[in-house]
Amino acid sequence: MPKKLPKKDVVIIGLGWTGSILANELTDEGLDVIAIERGPWRDAPTEFPPNYAQDELRYRIRHELFLRPEQNTFTFRNKMNQTALPIRDWGSFMPPNGVGGGGVHWNAETFRFLPTDFIARTHLTERYGAAFLPEDMTIQDFGVTYDDLEPHYDAFEYLCGTSGTAGNLRGQIQEGGNPFEGPRSRPYPTPAQKQPFSHTLFAKAARELGYKPYPQPSGNLSQAYTNPLGLRMGPCTYCGFCEWFGCGNYSKASPQTTILPLLVRKSNFTARDNSEVLHINLDRSGKHATGVTFVDTGGVEWEQPADLVILSAYTLFNVQMLLHSKIGMPYDPVANKGVIGRNFTHQTISTVNGFFDNKKFNFNPFIASGAIGMCIDEFNGDNFDHGPHGFVGGGYMGQVQTNGRPIQSASVPPGTPKWGAAWKNAARDNYLSTVRPGTGVHGSFYSYRDVYLDLDPTYTDRFGRPLMRMTIDFHDNELKQNAFLTDKFAEIIRAMGAHTLDKQYRKGPYDATDYQTTHLNGGAIMGTDPATSAINRYLQSWDVPNLFVMGASAFPQNAGYNPTDTVAALAFWAAAAIRGQYLKNPGPLVHA
Amino acid sequence: MRSAAKLSIAIGAAAAWLAGIGLGGADPDSQAFDQIEKGRYLTTVADCFACHTVPEIGKPFAGARPIETPFGVITSSNITPDNDTGIGGWTDEQFDDAVRKGVRPDGSRLYPAMPFPAYTKMSRDDVLAIRAYLKTVEPLHQPVKANTLPFPFNIRTAMRVWDALYFTEGEFQPDSRQSAVWNRGAYLVQGPGHCTACHTPKTVLGGDKTIDNLRGFNLQGWFAPDITGDNNQGLGQWSEADITTYLKTGHNRMTAAIGPMSEEIVNATSQYSDSDLTAIATYLKSQPQRQDNTAPLPANSPAMIAGQAIYRDQCSACHGIDGRGVAMLFPSLAQSALVHAGDPTSAIHLVLRGGRSVATRQEPTAPGMPSFAWQLNDDQVAAVLTYIRNAWQTAGTPVSPDAVGKARDQLRARSD
Repeated sequence: MPKKLPKKDVVIIGLGWTGSILANELTDEGLDVIAIERGPWRDAPTEFPPNYAQDELRYRIRHELFLRPEQNTFTFRNKMNQTALPIRDWGSFMPPNGVGGGGVHWNAETFRFLPTDFIARTHLTERYGAAFLPEDMTIQDFGVTYDDLEPHYDAFEYLCGTSGTAGNLRGQIQEGGNPFEGPRSRPYPTPAQKQPFSHTLFAKAARELGYKPYPQPSGNLSQAYTNPLGLRMGPCTYCGFCEWFGCGNYSKASPQTTILPLLVRKSNFTARDNSEVLHINLDRSGKHATGVTFVDTGGVEWEQPADLVILSAYTLFNVQMLLHSKIGMPYDPVANKGVIGRNFTHQTISTVNGFFDNKKFNFNPFIASGAIGMCIDEFNGDNFDHGPHGFVGGGYMGQVQTNGRPIQSASVPPGTPKWGAAWKNAARDNYLSTVRPGTGVHGSFYSYRDVYLDLDPTYTDRFGRPLMRMTIDFHDNELKQNAFLTDKFAEIIRAMGAHTLDKQYRKGPYDATDYQTTHLNGGAIMGTDPATSAINRYLQSWDVPNLFVMGASAFPQNAGYNPTDTVAALAFWAAAAIRGQYLKNPGPLVHA
Repeated sequence: MRSAAKLSIAIGAAAAWLAGIGLGGADPDSQAFDQIEKGRYLTTVADCFACHTVPEIGKPFAGARPIETPFGVITSSNITPDNDTGIGGWTDEQFDDAVRKGVRPDGSRLYPAMPFPAYTKMSRDDVLAIRAYLKTVEPLHQPVKANTLPFPFNIRTAMRVWDALYFTEGEFQPDSRQSAVWNRGAYLVQGPGHCTACHTPKTVLGGDKTIDNLRGFNLQGWFAPDITGDNNQGLGQWSEADITTYLKTGHNRMTAAIGPMSEEIVNATSQYSDSDLTAIATYLKSQPQRQDNTAPLPANSPAMIAGQAIYRDQCSACHGIDGRGVAMLFPSLAQSALVHAGDPTSAIHLVLRGGRSVATRQEPTAPGMPSFAWQLNDDQVAAVLTYIRNAWQTAGTPVSPDAVGKARDQLRARSD
């Protein structure tokens, strides 16, 4: 029997971005809140100080900040007729762990989705007809609109101090910004970061090809900033150690820099680290959560009762928690029934490396930040006519080279031997004169009937529970999209003056060992119909109204942008609904 | 019976009133809100809490906190109104004698870890207000073995000699040539605020070197910096607003509180009234410049060249190439009293051990500095500090590798 703790108003599972946002909002409401975090406490000056945080081997190669697969992993397969095997070393994505979650290690690319991304099915059907979409594509509308979320996007960007150039201010297109973006109510809180040489050169080439390049919105700040909570941030030093790393310079927006120092001072907030929630507890009706059960590092089980449960772990852990807690009907792709696990998606990433004459070009790739870059949006979402191309979706593309870190930056032209003197010479000759955009093409990944999450029939975790199984592969729509976008991207890199291109198309099958992004989405999606969504438009569980599920697990499909701004905007949106509606009258906020 | 009872209350009240203007000794009126409130504020100003409470144990004023002195460790006493182990049985006279004269009820002498040489500047009214407030706090039973000093310092009678040498009894006397604000500041700094306890240099026997009032002192592994108006080592470059903001929030545009001052800010100065902080700033700014400032080292000296290279590699990401940091976040080393102090102890301490600045309600960010002890050897720490002390139109004596080595050894034994 677990030991029972005194009841709280709210228990939050996972203290990353969304857990921190909800904790701050709900403690402001006067509620007594406890957050339970599986991983360790992390503080900027002690966990990733600037005198050793820049360690590529420790953080990038050896995955210092991430969950150890020994503690929890997933099984993986491409197709439903295959047998899934456990992932024993993280590859295509990096499950976060510890206080701050993915907010510690992200690159801080702070994009809003396009207004049409929220109404993908309605919009694409209207423009191209239902028959244009692949038969097994299961995209749907979010149930919220861009306009619903605009104030909450704004709240997150002002919390973070996001640096950028507005492209659309209250409907007025702005020079230098992204003209395709939805209208914003006010400019970014801080101006865009300065761009290094190769990024500027990309913008020039793109402009000459008729595109409208814009600086990538960045949570690595261009200047010192004080956020609305009174927390102070410093200017980015362009060290080039953002993604995979924590920032000890207080210049990357994270829960540590923007929320936690204030949150921990509140007497109605408690945090419990190194404690893994096993399941959400339900009463006999199965329709009301009574709290959670968690286990500490000593193996002791504790019950934390609460009136309201916020599930705010990483996408995969949210879905796993719902499956293990038996909340919502598990998705069955054969019968096409059930909701938990459906519409699982990732991202479609590719890049083009450009090799330049090293006597004319020195790009100095060491000057960088995680969200530095000049991008174009002409091929994102439905910003272009898909009719002639036979696919839907798209992505932004840009020179977003985030670092010159030595282990992963030694790119050599195609055809170079993989070792020996020839390789060494090529690495030396090209190190400073290669454009290596990393996630140069950042494409969408739409949802399909046979891409989903469920419980594995064979493998179990250390508690004897089934591991969660990922069934995921690329479909023709995404591969076509990627070929088209990668070629368009290559044209720009060529126009910059590259003498050799290395086009790295994304090809199937989906490879779990090759890092793309950590943007896994879906599995507990939001929507307007309880038959095809796990949570309603306020992120409230259809089945258990005193449970709200944050995070990208809510996305019915993934757009061609990084997800964090939208994840956080949805968290603020849900918090507003809880504060404004739910607490006054606890119960379903939407009646299906 | 009823009328007799009333009469006795009336006599009691009259006696108390007489006592108030006379010899004292009666209990304060437990409804005397104005006196208790004044006492609460003065208790905060005097920061009685800091020494008389073990941090994070939840027994306010119950004592038992070990106080580190150059002569050994003294344990603070229980000043709750508990009759057995606290001061519940003391008379007002006994309380006043302890606070302002350093004399215990049994006639023996207090050690000056209890800052009675400063508290003596308070008026009797102020002390009795503190007493009135302390009577209202929760009585806690906690016996304390007060004297844990080693021989010969454990002989309390020796304190008679010390008192004769260093203790001047007597209330603060306003200087009629100065403003009321200045006088209030002087009273707070010299009296209840007891800034002198840490910031005024001491003799080998621990008495104040009054001639060097507030010019900084090395204690508990830190150097409490010069807080006079001196331009190089003191607060000369600080405006009065910089001083008040610092004392209120722990941070200002140039620096952040770290080390023992953090606790003082959280427990005490952040709760001072704005007018009292202004008074303190006025007084500190008026304290005279030093005459012994040194000339800056030439930029081409070997330590400066090595120090600059280390600085740019290791320090400039936060503190900037120009040494000016980021206002309210990363201290400006070019303007830091801690950096330019004649005694570099605090700067060495910070480089070797790192530290966390104070978090307050107004400034919750509390940025920290990492330890460089594992990364820089004694020569390198000395070079970078020498550079920082002389780089930006400032001057400081070079820091020797030997001093860094000694500090490294001493810090190994410290937990803070």
